[in-house]
Amino acid sequence: MQYVNQPVMKKDAMALVTGQPVFMDDVAPADCLIVKLLRSPHANAIIEDIKIDAAMRVPGIEAIYTWKDVPQQRFTLAGQTFPEPSPYDRLILDRHVRFVGDPVAIIAGSTEKAVDRAMKIIKVKYQVLEPVLDFHTAKDNAILVHPEENWKALCPVGADNKRNLCATDFSEEGDLDQVLSECDIVVEGTYHTKANQQAMMETFRTCCYLDTYGRLNILSSTQIIFHVRRIVSNALGIPKSKIRVSKPRIGGGFGAKQSAVCEIYPAFVTWMTKKPSKIIYTREESQIASSPRHEMEVKVRIGAMNSGKIRAIDVYTLSNTGAYGEHGPTTVGLSGHKSISLYRNLEAYRFAYDVVYTNEMSAGAYRGYGATQGLFAVETTVNKLAARLNIDPVKLREQNMVQEGDTMPSYYHETATSCALDRCLARAKEMIGWDEKFPCRDMGNGKVRSVGVAMSMQGSGISGVDVGSATIKLNDDGIYTLMIGAADMGTGCDTTLAQVAAECLDCCLDDITVFSADTDLSPYDSGSYASSTAYITGGAVVKACGKLREKITQKGAEMLGCDASDAEFSGKEVFCNSTGASVSLTDIATRSMVGNHEALQVTEANSSPTSPPPFMVGMVEVEIDKETGALDIIDYVGVVDCGTPLNPNLARVQTEGGIAQGIGMALSEDIQYTQKGQLMNNSLMQYKIPSRLDVGRIRVELESSYESSGPFGAKSIGEVVINTPSPALAHAVANATGLWIDELPITAEKIAMGLLAHED
Amino acid sequence: MMIKLNLNGKSVSADVAEDSLLIDFLREHGCYSVKRGCETSNCGLCTVFLDGKPVLSCSLLTVRADGKTVHTLEGLQKEAEEFGAFIARQGAEQCGFCNPGMIMNAIAMFRENPDPTDEEILEYLAGNLCRCSGYEGQLRGIRAFLDYKKSKGETAICNM
Repeated sequence: MQYVNQPVMKKDAMALVTGQPVFMDDVAPADCLIVKLLRSPHANAIIEDIKIDAAMRVPGIEAIYTWKDVPQQRFTLAGQTFPEPSPYDRLILDRHVRFVGDPVAIIAGSTEKAVDRAMKIIKVKYQVLEPVLDFHTAKDNAILVHPEENWKALCPVGADNKRNLCATDFSEEGDLDQVLSECDIVVEGTYHTKANQQAMMETFRTCCYLDTYGRLNILSSTQIIFHVRRIVSNALGIPKSKIRVSKPRIGGGFGAKQSAVCEIYPAFVTWMTKKPSKIIYTREESQIASSPRHEMEVKVRIGAMNSGKIRAIDVYTLSNTGAYGEHGPTTVGLSGHKSISLYRNLEAYRFAYDVVYTNEMSAGAYRGYGATQGLFAVETTVNKLAARLNIDPVKLREQNMVQEGDTMPSYYHETATSCALDRCLARAKEMIGWDEKFPCRDMGNGKVRSVGVAMSMQGSGISGVDVGSATIKLNDDGIYTLMIGAADMGTGCDTTLAQVAAECLDCCLDDITVFSADTDLSPYDSGSYASSTAYITGGAVVKACGKLREKITQKGAEMLGCDASDAEFSGKEVFCNSTGASVSLTDIATRSMVGNHEALQVTEANSSPTSPPPFMVGMVEVEIDKETGALDIIDYVGVVDCGTPLNPNLARVQTEGGIAQGIGMALSEDIQYTQKGQLMNNSLMQYKIPSRLDVGRIRVELESSYESSGPFGAKSIGEVVINTPSPALAHAVANATGLWIDELPITAEKIAMGLLAHED
Repeated sequence: MMIKLNLNGKSVSADVAEDSLLIDFLREHGCYSVKRGCETSNCGLCTVFLDGKPVLSCSLLTVRADGKTVHTLEGLQKEAEEFGAFIARQGAEQCGFCNPGMIMNAIAMFRENPDPTDEEILEYLAGNLCRCSGYEGQLRGIRAFLDYKKSKGETAICNM
């Protein structure tokens, strides 16, 4: 192939490395009002009184809005297709504030100084209520996070605001209790993962202005332009036809920008004042009032025979959605569906969950989307099982892991149509030297080196739900414009989708101009999330280019006076098979602009009834100081089956980046609340994301299967890569020390204290 | 107060507030490559040169630049292009938001140490956070750039 599966440079790469002004705040109108939010200092309170008169008199203040000024219909900020599974539980500003950081007032002014000053002199009187801060006690607690009558769930997800329930469900196949009772061994564990922050380098930000037609234009750093249009329409109570949403370059997303975290505030300001406005979240705001990973407690039971045959898996997940339900009902599902399904021929499984409201920051979508949490739990339990059975954990997996052609009952009964997990495991084992290094080596200086392993799977889009579309049009000079609604957030999809188009159209990559994304101009795309873009939107590009080829052939044949069935398109010209006459693409393009009845432009949509999983194996070697508990990563090996990698360079960097982000979650990124519900890890000083000194060496290889339903055999890559570090590192720690640390992050302190307790 | 500085080769005089931060001053003067990532001196995105030395412009008062020379990536386009292409060939620029700060600091490193080991590279750039790349691709790009410079018999020092 000319372009697909080639390591071409991203189309925007040189603009990015030379620091061109391509991000939201680089291109926002100069005269924007500065918008900031006064936030609640209480985790649960009712605003009794709010005085803004003095603040309004601060020179430069344009407007201050409180709960009295905003529409009263509830909505969700979750970027999901309609009807959203996430409950409608938000107002732009609510009299009832539900976490420390919940907005109390919107302040807009001509300068940041004026806004800061006004914020200081707004007087708020709160009736402080007792909060629900322990998610174990939230369900059926007497304190309700959402007591209001106009709370609404659009989908039957088991939500009940009068029970603090955002969702609940139960599914099983086979007689779990019976099968477990027949097993030689049942291993159990309870695992706790935290509400990690995506911590993309560009914080949340949006600017708004009215256009010539009085429409609200929203330029936002978002993964979901079309959902933002609906969310803002719901929030402001204005028709979608009055709203246009577009995105510039995005400084990282990782799912954070799959919720409309900040858009509604400047949108409201601009709609009310008719003046341009912008909001730029501080890092602190991005830490305390955004859309992090759902904190989960996952209980696992695995039943097996002494031979190593795994017969049954039981998973129960308790998920903390925080004060609002964004992505609550959906993330939790992956904690079971994408962990249990790694293991084949189970005689029984059960997966149940509760998603509860608490008075903490709302959670949202974060790369991995629940699978990360579930895989930490299930993979760690499998590693414990191997230890208990005294079987090599790699061999245990070889014996039980899903294989190509298997039906996966716990994965919506889909078939593993493409799966190279076995090759991933074999290659990872070889790369890290598993047989020589497992389980550990005492280095003789108080340090121990050990290895750990974990597997992972994800999906490629949401089956039967996600839609990707592509418009491809021929321009004069014979070059093309590819218009998409997917959002390149650094992942490189503008480039990979252009590679697909160039491959389909037999043209140079430079001949494809990519435009994304704008609700007025782009064809509909549900957005860049759920690992959907390569597989779903990529499929749309293939379809659209195929149709355009037919149209070009038709037009060329018409110009040649030959029958279309006798004509072929080579990418450069259309030629007539029987006469040998040809007409160039440039001439066809020019002709299409004179006296033409048939647009040489095609839009195609794509959706998929299945979501073929990519697979991955991660293996790590660590060195642990038994005196201090300090852990150094020596080597991290990741081998991924993403089907055909559209761009091997970008697939590799996705994997390296996902592993590093997963290492942060596993080892250092903690979320802690005070007893009053204030988040303590509110800066990059307190919330330690990995630096380049913290990740060791990361080595990645791709072991491709071929997914025939995907574009050129491609599956997804974006999310599957974050899931292995937590279980692999927990395993390595256990192999070095005998300690199973079931609560993330696995800090030096936990290791050292655990070792001390062992000595006692 | 009135200050005067040399910004990317041009003399700039301005009346700035005492509490103005250099990052805001630079962005107001069109240097949009300078990004804010954290406000707590942790991320390195706002790295610029003050009299040729890398500093974090989010933690420096603008008045401290009075009488000094400031360079941002806008003033080092040739170097950014030459070195940046090696990062881009790895696909390691990813979202690009941290790139200008990292590239500024890498240029500073090449000036101080034209032939760094991998360990020296990781150490020097430890204050430049990146959430996308996992850092490996950046290291490959830096190595490839240094090898290229060596093969051409050039040192990696970027002239100002």
